[in-house]
Amino acid sequence: MKNSRRWALRGVVLLYVGVLVGLPVLFLVLKAFSHGLGAFFAEITRPEALSALKLSLEVAAVAVPVNTVIGVGAAILVTRHHFAGKRFLDTIFDVPVAISPVIIGVALVLAYSRIGWFGAPLATWGIRVLFTPLGIALATMAVSLPYVLRSIVPVLLEIGTDQEQAARTLGAGRLRVFWHVTLPSIRWAVMYGVTLTLARTLGEFGAVLVVSGNISGVTQTLPIYIFDSWDQRFDVLGSYAGALVLALMSTLVLAVLALLRRRERKLSVDLA
Amino acid sequence: MSISLKHLTKHYNTTAAVDDVSAEIAHGSLTAVLGPSGSGKSTLLKLISGLESPDEGTVVIDGDDVTKLDPRYRDIGFCFQHYAPFRHMNVAKNVGFGLKVRKRSAKEIDARVRELLALVKLEHKAKSYPAQLSGGERQRMALARALAIEPRVLLLDEPFGALDAVVRAELRVWLKELHTQLQVTTVLVTHDQQEAMEVADQLIVMRSGRVVQSGHPLALYERPSSSFVHEFLGPTTIFAGEVIRPHDLELVSIYEGTHKGRITRIVLLGFEAHVTVELSEGTTTWIQLSRNELSKLGLRVALLVGVRRRGDLDD
Repeated sequence: MKNSRRWALRGVVLLYVGVLVGLPVLFLVLKAFSHGLGAFFAEITRPEALSALKLSLEVAAVAVPVNTVIGVGAAILVTRHHFAGKRFLDTIFDVPVAISPVIIGVALVLAYSRIGWFGAPLATWGIRVLFTPLGIALATMAVSLPYVLRSIVPVLLEIGTDQEQAARTLGAGRLRVFWHVTLPSIRWAVMYGVTLTLARTLGEFGAVLVVSGNISGVTQTLPIYIFDSWDQRFDVLGSYAGALVLALMSTLVLAVLALLRRRERKLSVDLA
Repeated sequence: MSISLKHLTKHYNTTAAVDDVSAEIAHGSLTAVLGPSGSGKSTLLKLISGLESPDEGTVVIDGDDVTKLDPRYRDIGFCFQHYAPFRHMNVAKNVGFGLKVRKRSAKEIDARVRELLALVKLEHKAKSYPAQLSGGERQRMALARALAIEPRVLLLDEPFGALDAVVRAELRVWLKELHTQLQVTTVLVTHDQQEAMEVADQLIVMRSGRVVQSGHPLALYERPSSSFVHEFLGPTTIFAGEVIRPHDLELVSIYEGTHKGRITRIVLLGFEAHVTVELSEGTTTWIQLSRNELSKLGLRVALLVGVRRRGDLDD
């Protein structure tokens, strides 16, 4: 009785996930290869597709390291220091994921347009943000801001300051304490935050669409290329092929994440 | 090295954790700071180490005013209550950390770590990680790590607080021996009076951030300056309107006692026994005696007995 109920519950969950995710992805795979492997490779090696993939990776290569450094710094600031406005800082980090990415995009357009607060002075130095890879990188960094911070803060709170204080009494300066004591203690949490940031960075659509101007071959990231192929150019096969590549990349990131989680769990069991 | 604390005060928000504390800690001594939880004893230790800075007052170590000195330059060995092991380093790396910071050669670090691990009897655990050690082993590793830098002063925060009774007793004896061997000025914080009496050659008793009495443990035990110290340093009972140690009373026949009463309860605690007596004037007191005495006197509940101070006969 109890067993059958458990099986029923499993069935419902599987069905739900299958209808929402499984079947659509299966159709995607089938459609992407519907004209054969050759057609698939021809689609994903089109110059526009390759340039979109390249831009996505470039943006990730900038956004992930920057947000990692900012996230680690902010996490240490929030957990190890007392200052006015600490709570405000802590909250502001969550804003980008709490509101719709489109709003982030629109806000960036307002700030960085030629008449915007930042846009006007930057324009006088010849720096353009909107409709450039720089703008895309900014939008991507904004929407993936909190992941590293949120992954680390609980760990920093849990390990406390004893190890850091011990290191100080043993003669270590602040930098050595950070590199040799704090960072090794939070490394798995940092990796976890980095993978979350990377996943979000590769997939971001809304905020990027608003600031990019959607210029094919110049400001098209992979998600925008997929949307553009499908919606504007009626290149359905190109859209499916691009989508499959993006899905595979994200799946890879998720797999790494799962491995890290297992490692982290094993580690925390060891230390219990 | 001697430590001299002058008028130390430390506030957290509006409450004074340490309130105008002055104390002299002699070179080579083993001093116990004793007090109930919240009495400011751990804060005092952090002030000496520099991990906290005082609002007022000075810390002088061996004649140098170190009040403003960063903890990393104080040459203090600090053992944390929960040992604060570097979890991601093995035992040898933990112990060698302070030497690595001091840029000693790998060869020298290796030799010194080996020497220290032998001292704390952890040679066989050099490659283990803190998570694989028992509580007592972690404590010993923390001590070795603190001693590695050849500290001027060793500070121990509740060194045996998290250990079970048997390991505690062993480590206490071991710590005392280690101190005799190394002669490094040591200050330990504890709330356990028995532990303090057993290991320390000087006691500083604290209450609500203030020092209530300090001196040799026996002197404090025999001549407490307040009822707080009296009660905190050992068991007390009230006899003839006075606070007295229960082992300073004895049970005799009703004709010999200065007071008489009836035994209401006998508790056996291994070697010792606690006998509760309801005195004829209506008050209750208790007497601590050995089990041998108990059986020799043939005491049992409901027996009428005499009670008097030990030594009253000699007067």
